[in-house]
Amino acid sequence: MKSLVFLEHHEGKLQQDSLGVLGKAAGLGGEVEAALLGEGVEGLASEAGKHGASRVYVADDVLLAAPLPQPRVDALESLVNEGGHDTVLFAASVLSADVAAGLAARLGAGLNWDLTDLVEEDGRLVGKRPALGDSVYVDVGWTTEPRLALIRSGTFEPAETGGSAEVEKIEPRLQDFSLAARMVEQAHEESEGPSIEDADVIVAGGRGLGGPENFALVEELAKALGGAVAATRAVVDAGWYPYAAQVGQTGKTVSPKLYVAVGISGAIQHKVGMQSSGLIVAINKDPNAPIFEYADLGVVGDLHEIVPKLTELVRARKAA
Amino acid sequence: MKIAVCAKHVPEATAQRRLDPQTKRLDRSGEGTLNQFDVHAVEEALKLRDASGDGEVVIVSLGPERAFEAMRKALAMGADRVVLVSDEGAAGSDLVATSRILAAALEREGADLVLFGQQANDSDGAVLWAAVADRLQRPLISQVAELTHEDGKVRGKRQTEFGYDVIEAPLPAVIAVSDAINEPRYPSLKGIMGAKKKPQETVSLGDLGVSAGEAGEAGSRTVVYALSDPPARGDTVKIEDDGSGAEKIVQFLQEKKAL
Repeated sequence: MKSLVFLEHHEGKLQQDSLGVLGKAAGLGGEVEAALLGEGVEGLASEAGKHGASRVYVADDVLLAAPLPQPRVDALESLVNEGGHDTVLFAASVLSADVAAGLAARLGAGLNWDLTDLVEEDGRLVGKRPALGDSVYVDVGWTTEPRLALIRSGTFEPAETGGSAEVEKIEPRLQDFSLAARMVEQAHEESEGPSIEDADVIVAGGRGLGGPENFALVEELAKALGGAVAATRAVVDAGWYPYAAQVGQTGKTVSPKLYVAVGISGAIQHKVGMQSSGLIVAINKDPNAPIFEYADLGVVGDLHEIVPKLTELVRARKAA
Repeated sequence: MKIAVCAKHVPEATAQRRLDPQTKRLDRSGEGTLNQFDVHAVEEALKLRDASGDGEVVIVSLGPERAFEAMRKALAMGADRVVLVSDEGAAGSDLVATSRILAAALEREGADLVLFGQQANDSDGAVLWAAVADRLQRPLISQVAELTHEDGKVRGKRQTEFGYDVIEAPLPAVIAVSDAINEPRYPSLKGIMGAKKKPQETVSLGDLGVSAGEAGEAGSRTVVYALSDPPARGDTVKIEDDGSGAEKIVQFLQEKKAL
């Protein structure tokens, strides 16, 4: 096997998920190389070496400064064509999903996504993919090389192997259309807002609340339980609650002792951010909501009735 | 402005979804509907068309003939016509094959803007737009929570793991929108009545110049080997609220020593 791992970085740091995938690639054996694309990123290569890469290709280019997918497809295309990698691995993110799919089209290569494991079975590489709301596990594979894979976020923990990487500078040729999209304003970490990652109890609100004013119900319950307030992507995108409180694939990953989901349907993007919570309690009026498939206790009903009553009962219990 | 919306016919959300153990594909024999995420792309297209004063919204889909039923909802909302690529040779297409077929259909339309919804409700796929944008060689903005159009350019607010970016791209471009970008309209009675009369065209792979070897399983590069049950997890309990829901939650939390 000769693998190439796409390394994502943000504000001068390699993403933990990328390092985890790098470690997985090293565990599978063979030659493991990595691609580090950006501006002023060479210093991150040694970290990749410690996590299993024997060689890191570094492209240092102002045109790669913004985290936009298309120029990265150009860079990876020439790397894979020249390097002859049979496997290209990505830790799933907004950026890397777009890079992986663009590369699949460019190379005419197969891409499997949302994988939670990669194993060698009967002499072939097999990806494990939970499907249909994780109700069935699918073993997937590739009919040609290179094999492209997106690994679900949070799947592999980074582990240092103590190695070191050779750095090879590259100067990818970027296509005009790849440079047509332009970053006007790049996101920066929002420091304000509640810290939900350290909370033991989280009460989260979703679109089922009906409107931003109803977040008061969630806040009251969180206060009674001594917990923090979280939100789903849909309500954050809609401007009901700040991004800092978002749980899910493009938000925070949390694992409190208790997670109370209020008016949250619990689609996979949300699930990956909170599934390792100790106890999950869900309140939703839709009996078919996916969250009921993995909530320890699910209550089908009107949150406007249940939540205020629950807040009262918790307060009374704590006062007693 | 001419806008193409890529839309998918998916099984009803309430239907019991299953993978066919024989073909290992999703069982699509039950009731179908327009992918709920695509409804937001349709709404955004209608808003952009109406704001620009003229233009057209065309729905481009790949699926069985009966996908027209689902696409009719987009027409009832106000889209102008549907192009459905329907061909037995396209069944079982993976990302590589699907993007090739859709790109060919979109080339034929030559739209200023191609819109996608956030994901497919059935396969949880959320990558198709990037493959299509690469084949069309057009700029791409995905995960867009706010979209504006001005002077031949689009500007999108993209949500990533780090917050919101603002990205600008010249037309023609490919955009994938989030499901929070708008509140889709309900089709009016007049819209529903008028939908049947709107142009609904079926095209084959041959019409698009896509050969048999480039589509379906032959044109795909991924394969499904086997299906299995997920690892067992702890018991889950679901109860109907009969007025005592809050008490039952408190009881449960006490049993688990979480309160």
